[in-house]
Parts: sequence; C-alpha cells; structure tokens
Amino acid sequence: MFYRENGQFKTSYRKDMQIFPVVQDRWVIGALVLAAAVLVPMLASDYLLKAILLPFLILAIAAIGVNILVGYCGQISLGSGAFMAVGAYAAYNFLVRVEGLPLIVTLLLGGVCAAAVGILFGIPSLRVRGLYLAVATLAAQFVCDWAFLRIKWFTNHSTSGSVSVGQLNVFGWNVDTPADRYLLCLGFAIVFALLAKNLVRSAIGREWMAIRDMDVAATVIGIRPMYAKLTAFAVSSFIVGVAGALWAFVFLGSWEPAAFSVDRSFQLLFMVIIGGLGSIMGCFMGAAFIVVLPIFLNQFLPWMGSVVNMEISTAAVAHTEIMIFGALIVWFLIVEPHGLARLWSVGKQKLRLWPFPH
Amino acid sequence: MAFFLETLMGGLMTGMLYALVALGFVLIFKASGVFNFAQGAMVLFAALAMARFSQWLPQWFGFESRILANVLAFMVAGVLMFAVAWLIERLVLRHLVNQEGATLLMATLGITYFLDGAGQTMFGSSIYKIDIGMPKEPIFVMESTFQGGILINKEDLISAAIAAALVALLTLFFQKTSTGRALRAVADDHQAAQSIGIPLNRIWVIVWCVAGVVALVAGMIWGSKLGVQFSLATVALRALPVVILGGLTSVPGAIVGGLIIGVGEKLSEVYLGPMVGGGIEIWFAYVLALVFLLFRPQGLFGEKIIDRV
Repeated sequence: MFYRENGQFKTSYRKDMQIFPVVQDRWVIGALVLAAAVLVPMLASDYLLKAILLPFLILAIAAIGVNILVGYCGQISLGSGAFMAVGAYAAYNFLVRVEGLPLIVTLLLGGVCAAAVGILFGIPSLRVRGLYLAVATLAAQFVCDWAFLRIKWFTNHSTSGSVSVGQLNVFGWNVDTPADRYLLCLGFAIVFALLAKNLVRSAIGREWMAIRDMDVAATVIGIRPMYAKLTAFAVSSFIVGVAGALWAFVFLGSWEPAAFSVDRSFQLLFMVIIGGLGSIMGCFMGAAFIVVLPIFLNQFLPWMGSVVNMEISTAAVAHTEIMIFGALIVWFLIVEPHGLARLWSVGKQKLRLWPFPH
Repeated sequence: MAFFLETLMGGLMTGMLYALVALGFVLIFKASGVFNFAQGAMVLFAALAMARFSQWLPQWFGFESRILANVLAFMVAGVLMFAVAWLIERLVLRHLVNQEGATLLMATLGITYFLDGAGQTMFGSSIYKIDIGMPKEPIFVMESTFQGGILINKEDLISAAIAAALVALLTLFFQKTSTGRALRAVADDHQAAQSIGIPLNRIWVIVWCVAGVVALVAGMIWGSKLGVQFSLATVALRALPVVILGGLTSVPGAIVGGLIIGVGEKLSEVYLGPMVGGGIEIWFAYVLALVFLLFRPQGLFGEKIIDRV
C-alpha cells in the first residue's frame, strides 16, 4: 500500500541507476541515518553506546571489507583478523613516530598499510583457490600474530607487549565521551558503506563478481584475474584495516595482539555469511546479530537460571553461551543459507504486493 | 650431526601425530566435500570423554585395574563419538546438502563452538590427565656411530607406531571391505554412487564415525602427551597446513604432509628460530605449505583441479 513504486518514472539513466531507485527506500534510509546521527547519541545510555553500538559499527565496517573479498570476489579469507591487526598497529606507529599527523589521516594510513599486506597475502589467490586459499590466508593470521608479539619495533618496545593511545583529537574535536566516539565511527561507517556500494556497482565491482561466478569464463571475456583479485584484496584489506585501527583506537584504547586473534577472523566471516554474501546491507545486519547475540545470551542465561531457581556458575554460563551460539549459527545456516539480506529482500517483496499478493 | 638427526626424528614423530589429526579432515572431505573445521573440537571432546570416563568408571563400579578402566573408557568415548557423528549428520549435514563450500565451512565452525561448549559443560574445564601407561624415559640409539648416541623419546616412538598402525588399519578398511569400497565410490562421484544404490546418508554417518574414532585416537595420544585441556582444540589449526600440503583428498598426502610439516617445523624452530626471536613454529608450517601450494595448487597428492566453463 505505502511501499510501491507506481508512478515513479525515471527520465534519465542517471536516475535509473541511483542507489535507492524507490523513493520510499530513500526516505527510510535517510530517516535511519538521521536518527542514528541525532536521536541515538541523545537518547542512548553510555552502556548501550559503548558496549553495543560502538563494536557493532566498527565490526560492520570490517564486515563490509570482508564481504567485498568473500561475497563479491569469491575469495574465502580467514585472515581478516590479521588485516585488522595490521591496520591497528600501523596506525599506532604512525601516531607515535610521526609528529602532528591528524587522527583521520593516521587511521587511513593504517588502512593503506593493511592494503599492502593484503596484496602480499593475496598473491597466492592467483594460483590457489577455494578451501586451499582459505587455509592459505590463515598464514597471514599466524604471521601477524607472531610479528606483533615478537618484533618489538611494532609495539614501540613496550615492555608488556600491549600498547595504548591517549587522547583522540579530530581537527580540534576531542573524542572523549561514548557519544563522540559513536559519532566518529558512524561517520566512517556511512562513508565506507557508500564507498563500497558504489564500488560494487561500478566496472571493477562487476569484474569481481565475474571472477566470483566463474573465473575461467571471466578470463575468457577479457577480465584480468590478477588485477581483479588483487584489487579486491587491496580494497577489502584497506577497509578492514581502517576498521582495525578504529577498533584499537576508539573502542579498545589499549590492546595487545590477542585482540585480533583468529577468532576475530571467524567472527567476521560469520557476520558476512549470516548477513548475506554479496550484500552491503547484510553486513550491518550480520554485525548486529553477532554483536548482540552473545551479550543477549550473557544476560539471558542467568535470568533464566533465576526463573527456574537454579544457581548457574559463571563458567557454566560461558560454556552454555558458546554452545547456544554455535547451535544458533548452525540452525540459521540451515533455515536461511543466504543470510539476513535475503530475508530483507523477501520482506520487501511481500510489502510491495501487500495487501493483494497476487 | 647427532643433534640434527635428533631434531629430525623428533620432527618425524610429531609429524606422525599431525598426520593423525589431518587424516580426520581428509576422510570427511573426501566422502562428503565438507571441510570439517570441527575436527579439533572433536579431538578435544573425545579426549575429555576418555580422560573423565577413565576416572569415573572405576569410581562407579569399584574396580582398580588401570588397564580395564582405560579400555572401558576408550569404548565409552568411542560410542559417544559415534553418537556425535550420527547427530551431526542427522541434524546438520542432511539439511545442508548442495550448499556452497563457505556455508558448510561456517556450519562446521558452528559445530566447533557447540562441541567446545558441550564438552566442557559435560566434562568440566580443568586440565585432566590421560594415563595409558606410556613410558616416559628416553632411549638412546646408534651409540656406536655418534658419541652419546641419539636421544629418542620412547613415548613419541610408541605414539608414532600407534598412528602408523591406525593408518594401516584404515587403508585395509578402505581397500578390502565392502563398506570401504562404498566409501571410495562415494568419494569418487556422489551421483554415480547413489545411482548404483549406495545410500549416501549412511555412508556419511560411517565416515563421520571413522573420523570420530581417528579423533579419539589423536585425542588420546595428544592428551597423554600434553594433558587434556582446551588448547588441545588448537591442534586442528596446526594440522591444517598438513592437509593442504598433502592435498585435501589424499590419505597418503596427509601422512607425507604431516611428516614434512613436522620436520620443517622442528628444523626451522631449532635453526631459524634463534635468528628471528623464536616461536616461529606455527606460522612456518603455514608458509611452508603455501610455498608448496604455489607450485602445486591442489597439494602434493590432491586430485588435479580441472577447470571447465
């Protein structure tokens, strides 16, 4: 009834190719962004901002990066945690070693370093495919884990192995309160989501998708596999690297290599698969699912225990939590293997025909 | 020279144990095309069951014999692994037939989380011991050739022998029994196997059971070596380079790959490690596997990947 594109005529190609061709979509997304930027910082509590929304936004950015590589270019990567680590430590080194570099530039330079490392570890993808590649990218994870633990130069010779950043300052704006941090990350999330959306609609995005669908056929029609795969690795690791820098600088404040372990890589891949391969919107949904679920379980289980009058120890809660987490993921993959994005588009289709579905 | 040989032997024996874990991966991938990330969790689960039951059973039934307790615990843990295998096939894999590789991979990761949680909920999460009477004292060989001889860990020797025996047994099972033939047929071509009347679902259950038993043996040996604790699950991560080095579809590949990785790891740690600060074992294995992959993308013994448009 309300969600219908009847009467919305496009008179130019430009209009036909915009991101949200349906007027209602534009309104909804615009309202969402506005609410996220204005209402949420005003209304949300510090706990909500700090413990849920901040990690959600940063991991959503990382998931966008991973989705470009896995969902659009079809190269399964288990090394995303490593690229996050590279982004974080590179940004840290720029911060410590170069005087007076603006924060935004520092974060982006972290991303650039991650892109370079990403290209390096993307080289095997030219020869190796599928699951072999997935395991090969784990090499990146372990090399980086080791390097940031053992090579003292990266951590500026800190004795404990953990590094920290002080006051964050963006062109005179002191990023202190959770609301400020949230706004900074929101800005990055919006910019990167737009960037990614436009990239995958462009020529290079189509090349990635051709490589994903069948790389031999893509080569036959004149797509250079080396160029396509390595750009995918570069763009993906750049975004993941910036997300890593944000994670370290804005969310953690002080961190050690364990913050970017192989579990982080798995977590990012979960987000992408559960959100939906090849969907930017899905990244946000997947990130929300993976961030909120453990927190929810953590609160819900002791509550359940108190309802049935049973004392549950913290260890038991932790174990039951990962059990339920695992089971839910398997269940979700069985009922909706194409992810939340598919549910979203099915819902939209239904809404379009409502109330007369035929 | 003696030191080099010693390191080499140590590497070979560790390699054999890696091969044991890698074998579980290969069996399942060959038969069902699933890259089973849960193999490590299965090793941990089996080892936990074994360790706890060998403690519990004597208490429950009031007998003393160590050997009897171990044998019974092994059997109970084996039955438990069969149940796990059956449940995984029944509840998960059956519903995910024909999904993409990445989705299946993620599903086995979900199983990993579940098994990790379930194992520790059921059996507790402290460090347990498996005592199967492995001799701990080292022996010296070739004392006539080198001064002082070469030190070999007897425990390693026995575990390597057990691993080798298991591999031989599996080879016999695959080559000589009718179930083994059916398994090989399924591995070769799902559709063709199905069309001549081989029940796919049952074969998958059997393969997961076999992988469960392999996990149990691996868990028993690793557990008696390192103690049963959560870090046992990470053994799978160390066995992954073995699998891709040897080829995902090849049983001999898993063994040769295991030996190469085991030796490479030990030699690199001893000779290269001190130069760069040590602890390079874990990534060296991956980089070694990667170098091999650059020359043979399907692994040493894997089936050649043929592209068709």
